[in-house]
This record gives sequence, C-alpha cells and structure tokens, in this order.
Amino acid sequence: MTTQNHIIRMDDIRKTYDTGKVKVDALKGIHLEIEKGEMIAIVGPSGSGKSTLMNLIGCLDTPTSGTYEIGGQAVSGVTRDELAEIRNRRVGFVFQAFNLLPHITALENVELPMLFGGIKPAERHKRASELLERVGLGDRLDHKPTELSGGQMQRVAIARALAMEPDIVLADEPTGNLDSSAGGDIMSIFTDLWQQGRTIVIITHDPALSRRASRVVEIHDGRITSDQATNAAA
Amino acid sequence: MKDVLKQLARDLKAEKLRTFLTIFGIVWGTVAISLMLAFGTGLHTQLIKSTAGLGDRIVIAWPGLTSIPFEGLGKGRKIRITDDDLTTARGNVPGLKALSAEYSNNLKVEYGTKTLSVDTSGVAPEFGSMRNLIPQAGGRFIDDIDLAEQRRTAFIGNKLAKDIFGETPAVGKTITVNQSPFLVVGVLVEKDQDSSYSGRDNEKMFIPSTTFRALNGDKYVDNFVFQAAASTDTKAVIEKLRSALGGRLRFDAKDKEALSMWDTTEQFQFFDTFMLAFNAFLGIIGVLTLVVGGIGVSNIMNVVVEERTREIGIKMALGAKQRWILSQFLFETMLVTFLGGAIGFAISLTVCAIFPKLGLAEYVGNPVVSPLVAALTSLALGLVGLVAGYFPARDAARLDPVVAMKL
Repeated sequence: MTTQNHIIRMDDIRKTYDTGKVKVDALKGIHLEIEKGEMIAIVGPSGSGKSTLMNLIGCLDTPTSGTYEIGGQAVSGVTRDELAEIRNRRVGFVFQAFNLLPHITALENVELPMLFGGIKPAERHKRASELLERVGLGDRLDHKPTELSGGQMQRVAIARALAMEPDIVLADEPTGNLDSSAGGDIMSIFTDLWQQGRTIVIITHDPALSRRASRVVEIHDGRITSDQATNAAA
Repeated sequence: MKDVLKQLARDLKAEKLRTFLTIFGIVWGTVAISLMLAFGTGLHTQLIKSTAGLGDRIVIAWPGLTSIPFEGLGKGRKIRITDDDLTTARGNVPGLKALSAEYSNNLKVEYGTKTLSVDTSGVAPEFGSMRNLIPQAGGRFIDDIDLAEQRRTAFIGNKLAKDIFGETPAVGKTITVNQSPFLVVGVLVEKDQDSSYSGRDNEKMFIPSTTFRALNGDKYVDNFVFQAAASTDTKAVIEKLRSALGGRLRFDAKDKEALSMWDTTEQFQFFDTFMLAFNAFLGIIGVLTLVVGGIGVSNIMNVVVEERTREIGIKMALGAKQRWILSQFLFETMLVTFLGGAIGFAISLTVCAIFPKLGLAEYVGNPVVSPLVAALTSLALGLVGLVAGYFPARDAARLDPVVAMKL
C-alpha cells in the first residue's frame, strides 16, 4: 500500500470536549487509514464516539491532537473558511435527517454545493440534472423536498453529496429515518456507487447496511476495537 | 453575487409573511415620521406666509398723544408727523432699509353704474415691497414717477378688483375716485393675511401719497411703515427713529404713547421659537416611533435568524463560507429597507398630494415631505434591522455546522 492510495489517514487522533466543568475524552487515539475505493462501515453503540469521528472525518470539526490528512491535505491549523472549502471539495455528506433546504427544489438543493464551489450556472444545472437522473429522480427536478417521500429525499441528498465529485461520500445513518424498503433502495445506491469506484464511509448501527461494506470498523469508548474486511470485499 | 441575489429573491418569496411584516415595520416608521415632519414644515410655512401677508418684518408706527411732559411741554399733546419730518428722520437713522408714510381715508369709487366705498391708502412705492403687495402679471405697484408727478394711478386689491370689474381685466381701466379719474395700474395677487391694521389688503386701494394729499388736503400722516436693513437690527432702528423724531417734534423718546409701534418681527421671532419647540416635540415622537419600529424590525430579524440557524448549518456543512452567509443577510436587509422606505415615501407623498384637496391649507398649511427625512428614517430602521439581524446571523455562522443543523 502506498500513501497515494490513502484517501483518509488518521494518526493518534484525540478529541476532548471541555465544557468548563467536565472534560470528556470522546476519542482516545484513533488510527485509521481508508483507501480509495473502499466502502467502510463504522459501527458502535451510542456514546462510543462514532459521531465525533464522523465529524472529524467530514471536517466539520478539528481534532484536539493528532494528525489528519484527507486526500493528502493536512487538516490542522486551518481557518473555518478553509475547512468549509475542504468540506465543499472533498466530502459529500448524506445525513440521517436528509438536511435538504425546504424552500427550494430538488434541483436547486443539488446545485447548492456547486454554488458554494463556484461552478458556473449552466454547468451546475447540467450536472445536477444528471445526478438526479442517476438516482432515479429525473422526473422530480422541480419538486420541493416537502413534496417528496423520505426515500426520495435521501436520494436527492445522495445526488447533492456527489455534486462536487468528492474524495469520499460520508453517510451518517443514511437509512435511520427510512422504512426498510426505502432503506434497501438507498443501500443499493451506495453499493452501486462503491462498485463504480467511489470511496464511501457509512456510520451506522444497522447490521443490514454494515454487511454490505467491504470493511467494518467497530468503535467502543473512543477506541477502535475491531477492524475487519468482510466477505463483500472479495 | 448574482447567485446571492437569486437566493435572496427566493428566500424573500418563501417567507412572505416575515418579509411583509419587516417591510410593513419600515413603511410604518417612514410614513409616521415623514408625515409628522411634513405637517410641521407645512404649518411653519403657512404661519410665516400668513404673517408675511401683512408685511415682511416691518414695523408700523402711529403718532398719538404724549404721555410724558417734555422740555416744558405738558402731556396730552398731539403729535403730528409730516412727510418732511419722516424724510429728515430717515436721513438721521442708519440701518433703515425702507420707510413709507401712509395716509388713509374711505373714498368713493365709481365705475360704470357701480359705486363703492373703499378704504384707500396714500403711500410711497417702497410700501409695496414692505407690505408684500405683489402685482398680478401685467400690472405694477405705485412707482416713483407716480409719486413725483402726483399721478392719479391706483393699485387695487384682488377682491376689490372682482367687485368692480368682475372677471374682466382691471389694469388699464379708469375708475372715478371722489370725482377724479384714476388709472388702475395693478391688481394684488391673492395672498394669505392673518392680521391687519386697516382692513384686508385684498379689499383696499393704494394710490400715491402725493396724489392722496392733493385729493384730500391731508397734511399729516395717519401712520407710517418702515423696515430695518437687517431684521435683527429692528429694535435698534426703532430706538434711533424714536429719538430722531422725538428730537424734531419734541417728545420723549421713551414716550410709547406719543409714537406707538407694532413690531411684526416679534411675531416672526415667536413663530421661530414656537416652531423650534414644535419640531423638538415632533422629533421626540419621531425618535420614539423609530425606537418602536426598530424594535419591531429587529425582533423579526432575530426570529428569522433563529428560524434559519438550521439552514445556515446545512449551508456551512456543504461548504458555504461565513462571508457568503452574512452577505445574504446583508442584502436581504438592504432590499427590505429600500422597499419599505420607498413604499413609505410613496404613501407620504400621496397623503401630501391629497391633503390640499381637503381645504384645510389656510389653517395648517400644506404638508411637504422631505425626501431626506424619509431616506434617513428608513435608513435608521434598516440599520436597526441590520444590526439586529447581523449579529445573530454571525453567531449562527460561527456555530459548528453540526450544532446549527441540529437546532
């Protein structure tokens, strides 16, 4: 394995939340390397630190100590705006609660990261339409999120996550708010994306979802307790 | 930039009620303050105008009976003033801009089959400008040649002209005054006059003082009118004129009854003071209105930011920079302020356009909207809204996107 193939490199990552009275060590030394083209599931009970880890991987937050590189770029000592730029170019988010803007259409939601990324309007429109088509919503471009089902909303969110051609797609309990049938559809989309060569990181406690991953990382009490390739890896 | 504006238009449309309330707050504040000050200005103008109907910061003086013994002369002596006395006194009083004697009598005016009894004054040309006797187009006031040659010319009030000639032009017509023919040379333009000492000017007739004396045999003036070069010097000029005339006609300069005077500049000063107080009152109400309006606008902006914290969080997670978020709020407030201010100004203008039709102008004047006041008012309200919106928005943009999204 060469460094070139590592999309994510975490070395002795620690995160401490200091509320003034109490210091909480959410992550106590995480070593994690993710290669390009992996589909990795991070699992663990609530309070294990997996949400904290996801925030760090997604550059929504910075570690207290340790080094973190995403796509070869070090994420430490950067300003908030630089962090926003890293998120914009390198990470595509899929949230449990979809987090679509309710007042604008599906198409405009997908265009949003490209708007912040400075992509020209014509190009934005073209790429957003293609992406929505790809997730099977070609006929819902002008619908607002409130006019869509949960599964459809999550598909819009996936299209949005892919808009900037990110290094990784980071999904946080993407099926958590969906019924099993819609959840199955979403899982299939992730599998397809992985097979097309995308790097996908899913935080979940849904065994059905983690089974599909090529690698499962378990986290307990701020430490990685297990890191195994699955059958799907073959 | 274009994207920001597009987003902005969309957000404003999406939040119709909020947009409406914010704009309404600014409209209301702008209208309230603009109109209040507009009516204040209108009233001031009207007061000045009505008072100026009598004259432009003039003093009117009447000779009377002495009330103080002077140089061996007892009191109760009648003071009589001639043209010569006035001419001499004028030469001794610097700072006097204009002075005119006034001889008054009720004369019989005939034209065709009409006979009227008209209050007539014999005056000098300067009288016209001092008393704001402005001729209608095509006419003139008494001039120096009229005075020097004792011409039989007449300047008549607009109401009198209507009584005599109806709607036909009066200038150039010949009327008979006490059996002598007089040429009408000018008619007064309509003016507001709220005070007088010998009848309203619109019903009066003015002829050269020399002609008047020749016609009626008057030797002594009934009164005279003068004006200081600078209205602030009026008091000093009055004192100098008193002592000049007192020295010549032998009465005590302090004797207010020997020569009584009506200083109309005092009235102007009173109005200035009154309006200052009135404007201060309006100003206080205006500031309170602004404060109340500002609280309303800032409340709405505050609620808006709270409502949109989640949205801000999502945008930041997707890579929006702080500047982007803040500039959207900035533009939003600017647009809302501009709209509200413009609407408020338009409403104020409309009210001011309609008001004169109610026919109350004679009492309270016509309101005049100041674009500056309207602009400043909406600007102030907008600034309040901006400050109220900016800081919560900045705080939201400073939150962790994760935290903001979960709110």
